[in-house]
Amino acid sequence: MGAPAMSKTITIDGKNVPFQDGQTIMNAALAAGVYIPHLCHNPQFEPHGSCKLCVVSVNGRNMTSCTMPAAEDMVVANNTPELNSDRKALVQMLFVEGNHICPACEASGNCQLQAAAYYLNMLSPHYTHFYQPRAVDASHPDIFLDLNRCILCELCVRASREVDGKNVFGISGRGIGTRLVVNAASGRLGDTNFAATDKAAHVCPTGTILIKRQGYKIPIGQRTFDHKKISEVQMEPMEPDHE
Amino acid sequence: MNEKRKIRLATCSLAGCFGCHMSLLDIDEKLFDLLGMIEFDRTPFTDIKHCGPCDIGIVEGGVSNAENVHVLKEFRKHCKVLVAIGACAITGGVPALRNNIDLWDCFQEVYLYEGGLEGNQIPNDPELPLPFDKVYPVYEVVKVDYFLPGCPPSADTIWKFLTDLIEGREPKLDYEMLRYD
Ligand code: SF4
Ligand code: SF4
Ligand code: FES
Repeated sequence: MGAPAMSKTITIDGKNVPFQDGQTIMNAALAAGVYIPHLCHNPQFEPHGSCKLCVVSVNGRNMTSCTMPAAEDMVVANNTPELNSDRKALVQMLFVEGNHICPACEASGNCQLQAAAYYLNMLSPHYTHFYQPRAVDASHPDIFLDLNRCILCELCVRASREVDGKNVFGISGRGIGTRLVVNAASGRLGDTNFAATDKAAHVCPTGTILIKRQGYKIPIGQRTFDHKKISEVQMEPMEPDHE
Repeated sequence: MNEKRKIRLATCSLAGCFGCHMSLLDIDEKLFDLLGMIEFDRTPFTDIKHCGPCDIGIVEGGVSNAENVHVLKEFRKHCKVLVAIGACAITGGVPALRNNIDLWDCFQEVYLYEGGLEGNQIPNDPELPLPFDKVYPVYEVVKVDYFLPGCPPSADTIWKFLTDLIEGREPKLDYEMLRYD
């Protein structure tokens, strides 16, 4: 009753975190400098809630913090061995579901999937690899699309639709058959109006969407996550482009 | 001076490039310290052909053919602790880039379409190990006790890992030592 909006708080791992009505747990945490691991969330876009890395325990129940609105007196557990071990298992599943050969990937060192795996101390992918054949589309003059590395976060879908107003990408299929598709009769990126300057060309957290002729401009060893943890980089006010 | 029995260590490279072995040699003068603590069993450094009872076995490279499986099983059988070192042993690595290409297409591309010395033919000597349809990480074939990622892990990383292991500590890598590239 008349209390200022910012006086409402939740606690995350015992720390008081203020929130505004309608704000998600994730965004309240980001604003308060509390890191909750996330891959499909990017504060510039509407939440998507697909990777489940951001799951936290809210009053004893597991919830997706990037989609769950904060509410007065929520007691949130985030950085716990149990949740981090679940998160590591999720990242391991992403590794074996795609074809991630980091030493041969231009995104290595700038990749958020890899960085999340480093943060969670993933020493091996643990599970049996699927080795699913996935396509590489080099039809566009300026951009590669290597679906071996797509984690279906839909950031490119959201960016193309919401920022570029183009709708170049979509998700199709179900379950293990789910895949990223290109909105063209041929299904080829070269037959769309996608441009290297589009927002969607710069939001991929992995090495799926790569700008051509930029390869290894920054040498391995001098890249974003070579020396800085994802927990620091994703807390910086403006996330760098991931190319 | 050292009355203790030396740790016995074996190494091998399966479908790898020997880069991890080169990185081990890169510990330079610390090799003398290492040899004070361990003695080598089967390894490319000694040219011993079969692995006897060992404390630690280090495997580089993924599993790409029948011979790789025999070597790997021999290591698992004789080594108390088995370590998978490098991207290839842990994920299949660069050799696993062939996993989504049909094996026959690979053979044709390598042996038939490009000119060879004595005409174009696919090698078919009974001495040659049979290749698998795919390259597998070693943990999909035998139980692995420790993983040391990197392509290759740096000499410092290998030294940190090995000294932890030899001196009885749980191996622990700092953030900058854990890398997949
Ligand atoms: S997209 Fe990331 S995790 Fe996948 S191969 Fe490239 S660097 Fe590795
Ligand atoms: S291409 Fe990249 S941004 Fe798009 S869904 Fe796949 S991983 Fe996400
Ligand atoms: S960050 Fe919340 S589900 Fe992906």
